Amino acid sequence: MSTLSLAMRDNSTMIRRQLKRLLRYPSMTVQLVATPVIILIVFVYVFGGTLGEGLGGGGRDAYVNYVVPGILLMAVATAATGTAVMVASDMTEGIIARFRTMRISRASVLTGHVVGSVIQQLLGMAAVIGIAFALGFRPNATAVEWLAAAGLLTLFVVAVTWLAVALGLRSPTPEAASNAPMPLILLPFLGSGFVPTDSMPTVLRWFAEYQPFTPVMETVRGLLLGTPIGNSGAIATAWCAGVAVISYLWAKNIFNKA
Amino acid sequence: MTNLAIAANGLRKSYGDKVVLDGIDLTVPVGTIFSLLGPNGAGKTTAVQILSTLIPADGGEVQVAGFDLARKPDDVRGAIGVTGQYSAVDKLLTGEENLLLMADLKHLSRGDGKRRAAELLDRFDLVDAARKPAATYSGGMQRRLDLAMTLVGDPRLIFLDEPTTGLDPRSRRSMWQIVRELVASGVTIFLTTQYLEEADELADRIALLDHGRLIAEGTAEELKRRIPGGHIELTFADAHLLDAAHHLLGAGITDPEALTLQVPSDGGVPAIRELLNLLDERSIDIAEMNVHTPDLDDVFLTLTGQQKVEATR
Repeated sequence: MSTLSLAMRDNSTMIRRQLKRLLRYPSMTVQLVATPVIILIVFVYVFGGTLGEGLGGGGRDAYVNYVVPGILLMAVATAATGTAVMVASDMTEGIIARFRTMRISRASVLTGHVVGSVIQQLLGMAAVIGIAFALGFRPNATAVEWLAAAGLLTLFVVAVTWLAVALGLRSPTPEAASNAPMPLILLPFLGSGFVPTDSMPTVLRWFAEYQPFTPVMETVRGLLLGTPIGNSGAIATAWCAGVAVISYLWAKNIFNKA
Repeated sequence: MTNLAIAANGLRKSYGDKVVLDGIDLTVPVGTIFSLLGPNGAGKTTAVQILSTLIPADGGEVQVAGFDLARKPDDVRGAIGVTGQYSAVDKLLTGEENLLLMADLKHLSRGDGKRRAAELLDRFDLVDAARKPAATYSGGMQRRLDLAMTLVGDPRLIFLDEPTTGLDPRSRRSMWQIVRELVASGVTIFLTTQYLEEADELADRIALLDHGRLIAEGTAEELKRRIPGGHIELTFADAHLLDAAHHLLGAGITDPEALTLQVPSDGGVPAIRELLNLLDERSIDIAEMNVHTPDLDDVFLTLTGQQKVEATR
């Protein structure tokens, strides 16, 4: 077998390892769905009536539609914490030293973590969208638009997960790893996730419009609900691809050096 | 010249100002057990980490399993297996899954992998626990699983870094038995340990590592021979008998208070028989007798003691 096909085999082995581990440790996955659902319920039923009026009428029903993309991204940011912790604690295990003394593709250890987390998060997202439907989420997207939204969200998940893996590798302990991705959880709030950016004071608005989460949320919202997308799609894709590539190289570099 | 599994020349490693390995030379012939013996912090684990490609050396020429360590680390990795002092098993996976994981990473076919896993579970007495997560295993079971995982790819050279540290005496004996069987099948073992008994039991050759330097090397017998201190201690009922014996033998150190006589001896049966016959002929009764043969403890304490004295001068 060629080096490339051996590397592919190592990747699939490590992905299976990670999926088995996730199944053995289901509380992480449950939390992954529960946290965004609780935030969704709070925002829809507590703040939703008033915030919905501020969107230009429509009350709670309009607000459910508005907030779902932000909730989805927040779910990804929350999951990043879990991924960073998992990677950091995996690195403290003797099994990683064993992998390093074996003739295998080294990046496969990390790829296993990333693909496992991405699959976990996409399933989690599907569950969140299902619950959002029950709460009154009514998108008007065509099949193609759904597919495009799913594609962008997947790319976003891949980017954030590689970043989380790099942060997890850089952390000296699993406890430190749980803090590193924290700022990501704030980004949906400091963007167009929960309220439109034009309602914010100037400095905050400037930040909100140029940070990477906003174009992703704007694009997903546009694809699912028909709001204008403008150039958000291209900007979102560029951000995700850039973060993914840089984080991948960063993570690989840290892992090879350690 | 015999084939060498490990040939190291001037191996060095330091972390900042701290010199961990200060130019050590190692030669380990294929099919033997070589033991690196030393106290905690002597540099044993660092040596294993370098030889098993985990960390790079700062200097020295090293060949492992016939490959240059610095230039061909992946070929070295293909030939070796490592079992560290902290169990290198995936605790969330079951014993069987851990073995199948190794089989996949060693690129065995599915059928071969399953056969190998079943065989190893049986050999290491883990069949009943095969479907349970490794986190639920006892220390001895985890160590056995660890070694079984190392064996999945049939490595020619195995590094065992303190394989029995923290194990109860029974688990330790069973680990020793496994190691002996491995060597009988032609595998080379590089063993680090802080237990002199373990090196004495298992190793063909022993190197003593202290403060990053090899202070002695040889077979257990050779090392013991370097140390004086073998003697027979005779205790007598009264001072009269003690003096008579001392006079008769013309050697030894007497302790009139304890009524003992220490006679230098290798402690072998012929020497004891000769001594007893001699005393018997003169009807000198012995109240008590103790034979003290030098063990590796003596060797180790003597040699590391000397090192420390030199270092403080």
